Amino acid sequence: MVPELGHFALLIALCLAVGVAVVPMVGSYTGNTLLMQSGRSMAVGLFLFALFSFLCLVWAFTHDDFSVAYVASNSNSLLPIYYKLTATWGGHEGSLLLWILMSCCWLLAVSFFARSLPMVIHSRVLAIMGWTAVGILLFTIFTSNPFERILPGSPAEGSDLNPLLQDVGFIIHPPMLYIGFSGFSVAFAFAITALLSGHLDSAWARWSRPWTNIAWGFLTLGIGLGSWWAYYELGWGFWWGWDPTENNSLIPWLTATALVHSLAVTEKRGLFKTWTILLAIATFCLILLGTFITRSGVVNSVHAFANDPERGAFLLGYIVVVATFSLLLYALKAPSVASLSAFRLSARETFMLSNNILLTILMATVLLGTIYPMISEGFGWGTVSVGAPYFNFFWVLLVVPLCMLMGASSLSQWKQTSAGIYKKYLKLPVLISLVVAIIFPFIYGDSYRIGGAVTAFVVTWIVAATISGLLRQTRNAPSFWAGLRQLKLGYYSMSVAHLGVALLFLGAGLTSIYDNERNLILQPGASQELFGYHWRFGGVQEVRGPNYLAEEGQVWVSRGDRVLAELAPQKRYYLSGAMVTTEAAIQGNLWRDLYVSLGEATEPRSAGGWVITVYVKPFIAFIWMGIILMSAGGLMALFDKRYRYAQARKDASDQAGSASALGQATS
Amino acid sequence: MKRWKLFIPLIIFAALSILFWRALDNDPSELDSALVGRPVPEFQMSTVKEPQRLVTQEELKGHDFALINVWATWCGPCRVEHPYLVKLADQGIPIFGVNANDQLSLAREWLDERGDPYTFSVFDPEGKLALDLGTYGYPETFLIDKNGTVLLRKTSVLDERVWLNDFQPIIDQLNN
Repeated sequence: MVPELGHFALLIALCLAVGVAVVPMVGSYTGNTLLMQSGRSMAVGLFLFALFSFLCLVWAFTHDDFSVAYVASNSNSLLPIYYKLTATWGGHEGSLLLWILMSCCWLLAVSFFARSLPMVIHSRVLAIMGWTAVGILLFTIFTSNPFERILPGSPAEGSDLNPLLQDVGFIIHPPMLYIGFSGFSVAFAFAITALLSGHLDSAWARWSRPWTNIAWGFLTLGIGLGSWWAYYELGWGFWWGWDPTENNSLIPWLTATALVHSLAVTEKRGLFKTWTILLAIATFCLILLGTFITRSGVVNSVHAFANDPERGAFLLGYIVVVATFSLLLYALKAPSVASLSAFRLSARETFMLSNNILLTILMATVLLGTIYPMISEGFGWGTVSVGAPYFNFFWVLLVVPLCMLMGASSLSQWKQTSAGIYKKYLKLPVLISLVVAIIFPFIYGDSYRIGGAVTAFVVTWIVAATISGLLRQTRNAPSFWAGLRQLKLGYYSMSVAHLGVALLFLGAGLTSIYDNERNLILQPGASQELFGYHWRFGGVQEVRGPNYLAEEGQVWVSRGDRVLAELAPQKRYYLSGAMVTTEAAIQGNLWRDLYVSLGEATEPRSAGGWVITVYVKPFIAFIWMGIILMSAGGLMALFDKRYRYAQARKDASDQAGSASALGQATS
Repeated sequence: MKRWKLFIPLIIFAALSILFWRALDNDPSELDSALVGRPVPEFQMSTVKEPQRLVTQEELKGHDFALINVWATWCGPCRVEHPYLVKLADQGIPIFGVNANDQLSLAREWLDERGDPYTFSVFDPEGKLALDLGTYGYPETFLIDKNGTVLLRKTSVLDERVWLNDFQPIIDQLNN
């Protein structure tokens, strides 16, 4: 009964979504206030029914209702209760339902927190968001209904949640990712509204900016959590593998990052308007495209979503409708919002422009690498694979200049910046970075690595230049700390996010350059000196978990007389199926992770020897810290007072409330 | 701004969607069987350990059955499966490697550090042989019979489960 209610609620949600999509839009064109205002109450209803539907599916999971096909293939009565809850989004159908719920949350939030918008604009934004909700609801109801029953002959037992997903990282990774994904429907709706209205001013940018920054923060966090999960759960010791599914979240992230910057220019300087709109459209379309690529089976991936050509066709049709409509609208209406302004080469706008160009090229290389196997197949060039060397080559090539420019940009000002400022404030950072770059590889690692020098240079450069920027900002204050307190929130969030990039660069660079790993064959009681640590193997014993049996190895790691870690890597055999997973054991601190995973028993088994893979991963914690700082930078927009209170529209012309801290500091 | 330029995104997108539409009909897992029943492609290449020695497809023949494993040092899953390959080699199963898109020094280091399960590894720096084999994901493992005919192709990590489920039944058939 409950699953039927859930299904029914989903159908009502669809009706309400159609209502949100149509009624306020009609109102906005006929000038009917009542119709325009109805959007909000329908948004509330839409949210409530989506929530109810989601809870029905949760109910089916917690009550082991295996007559529901989706529950039967993603749960099992032995599954611990917290994994039964998270199994709700462990498969294709449920993750779509989660996406729907998140979309409705954004819709609700926009209907309540964007009330300061002119009513016509507000109702159109709501309506466009309503359309995006209609699309995903239709897709779910017609091709991926999570409430479908297996009747008669429903199974007595479920076939279990994929063991790789039975993990704490998986509890939070998808919700964060889907909040991010669906959050960009807000930026998309703002962009389409601007095109429909043929009107885009800095007030428009000011309204859409915090939503975009927040969505970006969640998306960053979601991707980061996915990477963290892959690092410790897959047992392969790496945090990014250029798998199509990973790439598909990275591609929209790159355009979203460009959008965050381009929106800043549109708000502060009224420039890049059509480009900003194109980025907002592209980000949303690329999110849909990524969903298509991972869920239709056109590209092979380690991620196990059930692939289904029918779903693929539906999704592709949906994308074609969305993209054709929005890009055609863009082509026809963009001239009406084009910007008329100029800036000097040395100004901040130039930095933003190069940021956008580099990010767009990066996006194109990742997209090309991801779909190249498909292109090659389509043209009959044979099936090929694009491996990590391709991606790594372009990333190093493009990210290094991107980060160099990012550092220097903290000294730039809008409109124009005199060369003297760069000279005065960047001399010291250049010097410090050069010194660090030369010295670092000598004192760290066994041999001089040029990659280590490059990483040290870029990271020091970003940090030093950002601090230099802060010093310049606070130069008129009585003290540095007093000055810091007076800085605008926007400047803080920029600095925090940029420092996050520095930490991420540090972690990613040094981990890949100084990474150590080796397969050892050890008998119980045997030990080995490796990478400066003493690894002692205690043997393997059987342990029993709630729904699996495991072989658990025991490895002590010590340095000198001090035992640093007692690690217990496992090989788990899940009772419900043939699935075996490798649970790596990790002991980490700020500077390195000791990472051990258990391989195969060596022959003869009676001798008790095992293959053990040991890794020393230097600086990997910096990757996670960097990602947290970056997303914190984006999420700071939540606390921006300017956006929370209805502000008189006269601000559109008055830059005082929102002018860049930089502009003020130099005036 | 020229107005026609504004249509560029729409045109790019249209081209992409035609591509995707065609790709929908191609199921990558079906391609797995394209080589099955056909002989291993011809090649003449040097090996990782002995650069002066040239090997051809003829040298893969003559065993009751053998494995061809496509690997690379940059491939993460290859690390995962390597110990299992060593174990299979210890059991006397002949395994031929194809080291594709890789550097010689790294490949040698890899084999020195982790053990060498391969009778020999073809050194294929440009991935030509891998391309002829239709490789689209690393690692990949092929099962061939004594005439060099491909019996099975498997993408991704070869572990005990894959071995018992996919390889063993075919080998049992051969033995009967």
